[in-house]
This record gives sequence, C-alpha cells and structure tokens, in this order.
Amino acid sequence: MMSEIPYLAVVALIAIGLYIVMFKRNLIKLAMGITLIETGANLFLITLAFRSGDRLSAPVFTSQIMGGSAPAYSLPTPHALTLTSIVIGVATTALLLAFFMKLYQKFRVSTVDEMRRLRG
Amino acid sequence: MSFYDSLIENAPAIIIAIPLLFAFATPLISKLSKVLRNAWAIMGVLFSGALMYVLAWEVFRDGGSVARTYVFGGAEGTSFDVLSNIRITFYVDGMAAFMGLIMATVALGAVIYSLSFVKKYTGQDKYYTLLLLMLAANFGMVFTGDIFNLFVWFEVSSVAICGLVAFRTNRGESFEGAAKYLIYSTIAGLLLLFAIGILYGQYGHLNLEYLSAAIGADGTILIVDKIVLGILITVFALKAGAVPMHMATPDAYSEAPAPITAMMVTASQAGLYAVFRTGWTLYGGNISRAAAELDLIHAVGYVLVILGLLSMFVGVTLALVQKDIKRLMAYHAISQTGYMLLGVGVGLAVYASGDNTDFSLYGRTALAGGIFHIFNHALYKGLLFLTAGAIIYKAGTRDLNKMGGLGRDMKMTALFFIIGALAIAGIPPSNGFASKFLIYESVFHFNPVIGAIAMLVSLLTLASFVKVFYAAFMGPKNSEMKTGEVPRSMLIGMSVLAGMILVFSFLPSLVLSEIVDPAVTALAGPGPEIGTNLTLFSGQGSWNALVLLGVLSIVLILGILIRSWGQKGTVPNGEGKKPYLFGNPTEVNGNPIVVPASNVYWGFVKALQKYYRPMEKMHSGLINEYVFWFVATAGMVMLALAFL
Amino acid sequence: MEEMSPIVKTITKIAFAPIFLFGSYIILHGHLTPGGGFQGGAIIGTLMALYLIAFGAVKWRKKLLSIIESMGLLVFIGTAFLGLTSGYFFFNFIGGTGFPLFGEKLQTGELIDGVFFPSNNAPLLSSGTIAVMNISVGLEVIAGLTLIIVAMGLFAFTGKEGGE
Repeated sequence: MMSEIPYLAVVALIAIGLYIVMFKRNLIKLAMGITLIETGANLFLITLAFRSGDRLSAPVFTSQIMGGSAPAYSLPTPHALTLTSIVIGVATTALLLAFFMKLYQKFRVSTVDEMRRLRG
Repeated sequence: MSFYDSLIENAPAIIIAIPLLFAFATPLISKLSKVLRNAWAIMGVLFSGALMYVLAWEVFRDGGSVARTYVFGGAEGTSFDVLSNIRITFYVDGMAAFMGLIMATVALGAVIYSLSFVKKYTGQDKYYTLLLLMLAANFGMVFTGDIFNLFVWFEVSSVAICGLVAFRTNRGESFEGAAKYLIYSTIAGLLLLFAIGILYGQYGHLNLEYLSAAIGADGTILIVDKIVLGILITVFALKAGAVPMHMATPDAYSEAPAPITAMMVTASQAGLYAVFRTGWTLYGGNISRAAAELDLIHAVGYVLVILGLLSMFVGVTLALVQKDIKRLMAYHAISQTGYMLLGVGVGLAVYASGDNTDFSLYGRTALAGGIFHIFNHALYKGLLFLTAGAIIYKAGTRDLNKMGGLGRDMKMTALFFIIGALAIAGIPPSNGFASKFLIYESVFHFNPVIGAIAMLVSLLTLASFVKVFYAAFMGPKNSEMKTGEVPRSMLIGMSVLAGMILVFSFLPSLVLSEIVDPAVTALAGPGPEIGTNLTLFSGQGSWNALVLLGVLSIVLILGILIRSWGQKGTVPNGEGKKPYLFGNPTEVNGNPIVVPASNVYWGFVKALQKYYRPMEKMHSGLINEYVFWFVATAGMVMLALAFL
Repeated sequence: MEEMSPIVKTITKIAFAPIFLFGSYIILHGHLTPGGGFQGGAIIGTLMALYLIAFGAVKWRKKLLSIIESMGLLVFIGTAFLGLTSGYFFFNFIGGTGFPLFGEKLQTGELIDGVFFPSNNAPLLSSGTIAVMNISVGLEVIAGLTLIIVAMGLFAFTGKEGGE
C-alpha cells in the first residue's frame, strides 16, 4: 500500500497540471501547469527506480556495487532519464517564460484570451 | 579496415555530430567574421548532408532491410546484450536513410536560401546555430534506436524550432506562434516521457528492438501496451501536424522565416516517421506475432486512416479561405500530411488483416505511395514555402489582398511557384501526381469513398493555389512594392528543390525502385517491386511520365504552330486590352462589386457555411482549447485501441 | 529599483564561497557520486541568481559568458569526436589507460562479458573522458544559466531587452 502512494502522487500531479493547462487563462499559471506535469513525469521515473524494497540509496560508484553481495542502490537508468528530462524542462520553461515576457512587453498580454492574434 | 569503411561504420553518429559541432562553434566563428560564419553554416549542412548521401547509398545498396547498428561509445569486443540496456544505439535502415536523405536535401536548399533572406536581421549567429541544431535533431529523431533518445531529440527539435519561429523579434505575433507551438509540443513531449516511463517499468528496457520483441511476446497484449500505443501515436501525430492536433502548427509555420518553415516540414515528417515506426516496427515487429497483436495494429491502421482523412479534408478546406499566404500553405502542409497517413494507414490495416494476397495486390502499393509522398511533399512544400518567402520578401506583406502583379518582375519565382503548385495539386506529369496516383488507385481498392475524397482534396488544393497565383503574380501591380527579382542565393536555394522536382517528375519509378522500395522493405518486408522500366504499376493501372511528356510536347509544338499562323499583335482598343477579372464586372446600386483576392471562392464558402462556422469556432486561438483537443484525441485514440 | 538591505548583501558575500565550493565539488566529483555537470552548474547558477538579487543590475560580462558557453559545448562534442580515434564516437579513450589526465589505472577488477568492472574504490582521476565532459558541461551550464537569469532579471528590473 505504502509503495503505491508515489504513483497516486504522479497521477495527481499530471491531472492537476493538465487541468491547469486546459482551463486556466493566466499565462504564468499555464507555465506552472506545464512544470507540474513535468514534475509528475519525473516523479514517475524516479519511483520506477525503486521497484524492490532493498534498493534504497541513489546510485553511487562504490566497491559494494561490483564486488559486494548486497547492492544497496536503486536502478541508475531512471535517474539518468530524470536528469535528462529535468535539463530539457529547464530549457523549455526558460524559453516559454522568455516568450511570455516578450509578449507582455509587446502587447501587455498576460492571459490566454489576449493571446489570439493568430487564429482561423 | 580502410578509412572509407570506418567512415561508413561511424557515419550515423558523425552525421549528427557534425551539425552539433558546427552549431556550437557558430557563435565563436561569428565573432570573427560574418562571411566566415555563413560559409561555416553552409559547410556544416554540406558535410553532414554529403555523408548522409554516402550512407544512404550504402544502405540502399543492401536493399534496406538490414539495419546498420551503431552503439555509442561501444568498444570492440563488448557484447551487445550487455550494453544495449545502458548504451544509446542508432539504427539506420532503408526507412531511416530515406528520411535522412530528404532532410539533408531540404536543409541544403534552406541554408543557401537563408544567406540573403536573413541578411537584414540581427542575431544571425543564433539563427544559424539553431538551424544546425534543428538539422541534428531531425536526423536524431529518425536514426535513434532508443525510445528515450527519441524523446530527447523530439524536445531538442521543439526548442530549436520555437527559437527560430520567434526569430523575427520585431513581430510580436512570432512570439505568440512560438509560445503556442512550444506549449503544445512540451505537453506532448511530457506525455511521451510518461509513456516511456510505463514502457520502462513494464519491460525494463528502452531499446526499440528489444521492446518490439518484448511487446506481445507471450501472445497477449497488456492494457499498458494499449495506453502507451495511444499516447505514442497521438504525440507523434501532433508533431506531424495531423488534425485535430494541428492547431498550433499553422501559427508556427506562418510566423517562422521561410527557410525554417521549409525545414519544419521535414521536422514534422520526422514525427510522421515516428508514427510509422510505432505502428510498423515497435508494435508490429515480430512477424510470428499473436492474433491479439495483429488486431491491435489493424486498429492502429484504421486510426491512421481516420486521422489522415480528417487532416486532408480539414486542412484543405481551411486553406481555401486563408488570406495570409504562408498560413494558407501551412494548412496545405497539414492536408498533404493526411495523404501520407492515409497511404501508410491503409497499408498497415491491410497488412494486419493477415491477407497476404490483398497486401501484395494493393496494401503494399498504398504504403509505397504514402512513403513516396513524404519525399515529394518535402521537395514541393519546401519549394512553395521558399517561394512564399520570396513573395513576402519583395511584396513586404503576407496579405494576399495587398499584393499583385509580382509576375512581371519575379519571373523565376513565378516559374518555381508553378512547378511547386502543379506538384502539390498532383497534376500530371509532376512528381506529386506519381505518388498520389499510387495512393488513389490502392485506396480506391480499399474503400472507393476514401479514394474519391482523396481526389476531391487534390482538386481543392489546385483551386487554392490558383487563387494564390492569381493574387500574387497576376493583375495590376501595387506601386508601393519593390521591383526586381529576389537575390541570387534565394534563387539558388529554390532551384535546388525545383530542379529535383523536375528530375523526379519524369523518373518516378527510379525513385520508387531505388529509394522508396528499400524504405517499404524496411517496414513491411520484401515484396514485389512497384516501378520498373520508367513505368509505375499500382496493381490496377500504370503510369509513365515520359509518354505524357511526349504527348504534351507534341501539343505544345502544335500550339506554337497555330499561334504563328495567327494575326500578329493585339487588336487596338479591343477586348484584349481589358484586364481579365473573374466573371463580368457588374454593378449593384451603382457600386461595383469588388471581391478581394482572398475571397475568390466566396460562393463555395457560403454554400458550406454550416461547416465553416464551427471550424472557425474550433480554431479560436485559445491555447487552452488546443490542449484540450489534444488530450481528448489522445483519450479517444486510447479508447479506440482498447475496444476495437 | 530599491537596493537590498545590508543583511542580504553581507549574507550573500559570506555564502558566496561555500556555495561556489559546493557546486564545484558536485561538478568535479560527478563521476563518482550523484551529481555532475548540470547539477553543479545549476547550483552555481542559483548563486548567480542570489548575487543578482542582492546587488542588482551590475555590469555583467555577457560576451565572456557566451564564449564560455560555446567553449564548454565545443569541448564536450570535441571529446566525443576524439573517441573516433579509438574507433567509436563517445569512446572513453583515456579512461584507465594511464593517460596523465583523468586516466589513472584501476588496480583490480574482473572482466564480465568483455566489460571491465573495477573492484577497488575508484580513484578520483580514473574516469577518463567522463570527468572532462562533466567539467565542460558544468562550465556551459554555469554560463548558460547565468545568461538566462541575467537576461530575465535585467528585463524585469528595467523592462528593456538586455537591460541596456
């Protein structure tokens, strides 16, 4: 039961994020919603790394891993994936916020309703 | 091992590494000199493209069914099984090489065109950096054999594209288009990441080859497989710009600089490639598959057909009413994407129905037509976007109502436009006709109604390009416009693509047998050839461009002869002096009726008012609603896959 | 813009060195413990954000930063290219070979399926190209994040692009 709580958190984060992106009109809230979805996806990957109970610590390069009997580390691959997606998330969030700042500078746009010059 | 052998062995990595290396060095080089930077950027595209051509030649020589595997950082003597889980692998088979070939060609045309096109803008070092980054991401998306790596290239591609869409910082609208596209593709990318997480949690691997073998291995399809499949198809279809996930695509296409739009077409085709890979390879991989898996990819085939039909029809009908020239062309790009989805979807549906005679009769033809159309579409749509850029460059406006008479000064651009327009409308003997011919014939066999819709869409495409041609090149000249032809580098960039269209219009079977057939073989296994001896065989009919060329040239000679017998010069003050306007000019209550160029088909639009009103409401410009459509489509595709 | 209080400024001055040291440690030790170029670079990037908030829009050498950014990326991709001399892109050509920089030999270990798994605690300079790439990525991230923060911060302070 306890091990399923992270998955519930993942579903909640992604659902809240999607709700915000679909129904909130403020541009900054939109960026927050996207960040929430991203957090949910990252949490999902991290949770996958802890599939069995004895893998607890972050992957550290020690002699125990290769030579010792009990590997006390979690799967390293999802950590690498999460890290990559965090880096990508930083890039996209920064770019998105830069666009919003420029839009505000150009047209004083702060909500989605004002951002519909391109349509049809 | 000779130098050439080791070059070919490392080519998949080097093709991607060269644009990256050149991209990272561009900011430093541009501090030295501007000319050097331009040469540097062209060299980056040229080296990478040349290596891509060599690699493609090697792959096609093998027949395309054997993938060339490249393990990053792999040392000799290490066993592949140990490393496949942790190392990134690249697979280049016929299909990937086919896509890479297209990307290299279009990028070359685009970068040459850029030289004069972006000359007057600041921040050109960033422009070329992002252009090279985008090229690397495009190559990466089609080469990669690791699903997480696919996500990374997907995001690199989106970020580079959005940076380029917002390149014209003086236009506020460009930020709007870029922001919408970025929100759309970021949410799609995050759902893709979620799906990758599910796959990793289920199978413990990220390697596409391994996953393809593992999915449905014990004869059952799990519910998570269906969820993942639904997400993957929707996300990649969004990247490809399929209706109803297309809403941000026209915004970004129309706001990006023209050469970038031409490259964005190939980027969207990388998404299309990923859709096809998901359907054919990831889920349809091992032939000894169970009935459950066959049923699933049968349903995928139908999903692709429905998405394709929607894209074709919605794209073309909305293009017909646009007044922004680039937006119009962007909707056509969506519409043409529908043809590829339709062809490949029909191929997949027939393939998965398990009827081998049907598949060799018309399923394989549909698949080949869809893939051949990717090649043709990249060439003519790239060319059309470049001509649109040339028109905007000279006319200073993108509004069809405000331009006119450009044909007098821009004869070469007009010629290139005609070549591209004939190809996109599928008028024989263009290359667009050759691929559409295969799609019509095979889809008609699959379902006559769909075949008829495909032809109708071609007709509407022709109609809207007649409108553009009339508005931009014909008619009286606007005195405010600059005169003269566009700079030479833009003409060279356009002629690269136009020349290839002309060559491949008359040799479609050459492309089919040498390039498309290996790609089809890579997806569906070996089968009968479709093009031989300069003639295409669709299974029902055949098409030879050279015969038609002969007939057309005889007609042309006859026409010239008849013209030479007539009276010289025009009759003074006769009917010939009057400009031709659509219909006869009439007056209502003393006021002349004026129909703006963008609204030439007002009768058609009025008749279809019931269709256009809700469409206008759907394309509201609200990014919330766009995201809602995407999420709803993903849900619907998942439901369809779960219950079909 | 109003100036920050002396408390903030003093704390920033005091905290500067430890944060910088911690970030550098994360970068340089990335091949042995959790961390690496991006994480350490992000820590130093936050330090720059703190500095910007405390001291406001001082003169930032943006040209130098962008050169550092490009150089970091170039070193990264260049190291990957150098792997081609040993046959593969991204090949770790100096790891464990006794090469002077980062190439210290691992003493004991066993060969499993052709991959050398060391059994001793790995020495600091044994990772070969990984450490080089970590450092270059670290430099790139420091410069890149600082540029982003400075551009956005100056834009927020002055309302103008680039803050000039």
